[in-house]
Amino acid sequence: MIFDYILRRIGLLIFMTLVLSIFTFSLAYMFPGEPLSNLSGIPSSNFTQQNVLEERYLYNSNYFIQYLAFLGRIIQGDWGVSFASGDSVFTHIMTLLPATLELCLYALIVSIFVGVPAGIIGSAYYKRWPDKLINSTTIVGYSMPVFWLALLLIMTFSLKLGWFPMSGRMGLLYEIPSSTGFILIDIALAGFPYKGMAFLDALHHLTLPTIVLAMYPTTVLVRFTRESMLRIMDQSFIKTARAKGLNRYQLIKRHALRNALLPVIKQIGLQFSTLITLAMITEVIFSWPGIGRWLIDSIYQRDFPAIQGGLMAVSLFVILATIIAELTYTLFDPLSRNQAHGKV
Amino acid sequence: MAKFKVFSEESNKSPLTRFWRKFKTNHPALVGLWIFMAFALLAASAPFLAPYGVNQQHSDALLIPPSWREMGDVRFILGTDDLGRDVLSRLMNGATYTFGLSVVAALLTTLIGVLVGTFAGISHGLRSSFLNHLLDITLSIPSLLLAIIIIAVLGPGLMNTVWAIILALLPQFIHSIRNLIVDELNKDYITAFKLDGASKWHIISRGIFPNIYEHIVVIFTMALSTAILDISALGFLKLGAQPPTTEWGAILAENLGLIYLAPWTVALPGVLLFLAVLSTNLVGDGLRQVLKERKAD
Repeated sequence: MIFDYILRRIGLLIFMTLVLSIFTFSLAYMFPGEPLSNLSGIPSSNFTQQNVLEERYLYNSNYFIQYLAFLGRIIQGDWGVSFASGDSVFTHIMTLLPATLELCLYALIVSIFVGVPAGIIGSAYYKRWPDKLINSTTIVGYSMPVFWLALLLIMTFSLKLGWFPMSGRMGLLYEIPSSTGFILIDIALAGFPYKGMAFLDALHHLTLPTIVLAMYPTTVLVRFTRESMLRIMDQSFIKTARAKGLNRYQLIKRHALRNALLPVIKQIGLQFSTLITLAMITEVIFSWPGIGRWLIDSIYQRDFPAIQGGLMAVSLFVILATIIAELTYTLFDPLSRNQAHGKV
Repeated sequence: MAKFKVFSEESNKSPLTRFWRKFKTNHPALVGLWIFMAFALLAASAPFLAPYGVNQQHSDALLIPPSWREMGDVRFILGTDDLGRDVLSRLMNGATYTFGLSVVAALLTTLIGVLVGTFAGISHGLRSSFLNHLLDITLSIPSLLLAIIIIAVLGPGLMNTVWAIILALLPQFIHSIRNLIVDELNKDYITAFKLDGASKWHIISRGIFPNIYEHIVVIFTMALSTAILDISALGFLKLGAQPPTTEWGAILAENLGLIYLAPWTVALPGVLLFLAVLSTNLVGDGLRQVLKERKAD
């Protein structure tokens, strides 16, 4: 049963990846300029070079053959070269994606640890002052444009108080060999050089971007957890438990929480798409060397192969994250396994 | 928890009247509605209300702080920027671009979204499955990235941004409408309607829409707040409105270099953006709350 479910999800994953690759491939034709140079990243210069490229990319065959060739190159890791740097797009993505993922991951962890408890407190004190306080803070955080929040935090904490640095991942003093791309793990792997100072410095650099990025998902999680708890607290089995004489703490801990937190797991998985959007803006403001800033730079430079590669990598990651979250949800909640096919 | 009313008063008011009565009791939402209407009015009439022209430069008055400061000048209530342009006039005109265009984008999204969403909701089998998976894929592309790709195809500019935002908002919108319609289709009164021999068009126009249009308004407010945030974010990233245009995000980006010298030129557009999104969200939350409460009676 669960095996069947997993198989179906994998089928969906393959289907989605294929459609995504078709979209990416068609972008080469939709972007301005030569489709061939958009695909390869090599601007056509002379006749012989053009011929070599056409042969390699099967450019004179029909679209379907071209697409198959494109798919083959994607699988081999040949994603073309960037117009701007002349380096392989795939290498760029492999060095930049971890930085973005790291930021998103920490922001997500912060938002889970702040958002879920706040939502539970809000529902436990429904319509009393803690709930009202949490609710109004949430709606303020929810309405704050992310770039403005980042600027406000930079203005107060970096410029006025000088507590946190305003850009970059790490002080220039330290040199950490990059092996995984995740800076904290890299420092740990290097054995905490400079007496752990580098680690502290990296944490310092991480603080502000993480807070900025965590703001939106935190508010979403607060609202979602609160709603979910309130929905559960209204159900008959909770009334039965109350009639049995359980106090509120027991009620929430034993009965409500387990049922209310299940949909929250699914919701966390759905956050990745928004998180990446926000990360792109955050990275630009904090000069974070991640894939978002690279993508936005790519559009300034009309670097079409880079945009295609970035789209592919980021969307694949979001699809994977969503499917993994759904699988976890299904593992925890047997009721959801019996879904109709193709249900969203 | 208790759902009993001690004094059971017969209420035969129309749904809309009851809706407004409940909405009125929610004060934050009401304040949000007033701010929202003020922005709408401003967006429609800013060029007539603004004291100065958008690009009118006052070479004798550069970087004047807001008038309540010691150095301020009462001619320029919110101060001037580095080219001597009146900040108040620019911000007022910005409402037309940021708020007005967002409303237009959200309305167009609603129109297309309701059409496609209804179609997705009533279709069965392979077609429905295909549409849903297609939606899933577009949902997995982050909205800003989708907007950026559309801008890469169309080229930067304010109108292209609006198209990009509409296309980026659509998947989520269609998804919500489709879920509403599917939920409603499974209810008994629709089955009864079907047994009476109602055609598909009748089921949708007479059966479903009168019951979901309020929900569509709630989804519209969500789309609107996202549209405001996206339009200003793209303006801020210099991919949307280009600098002489008074879009709030673009003003913010333009004055970023003055953040030390003239913090008000950066802070004020941000405050307005925040207020616009906040009022939209307050109204949306209020509506959602009323819908939930009315379901409970």
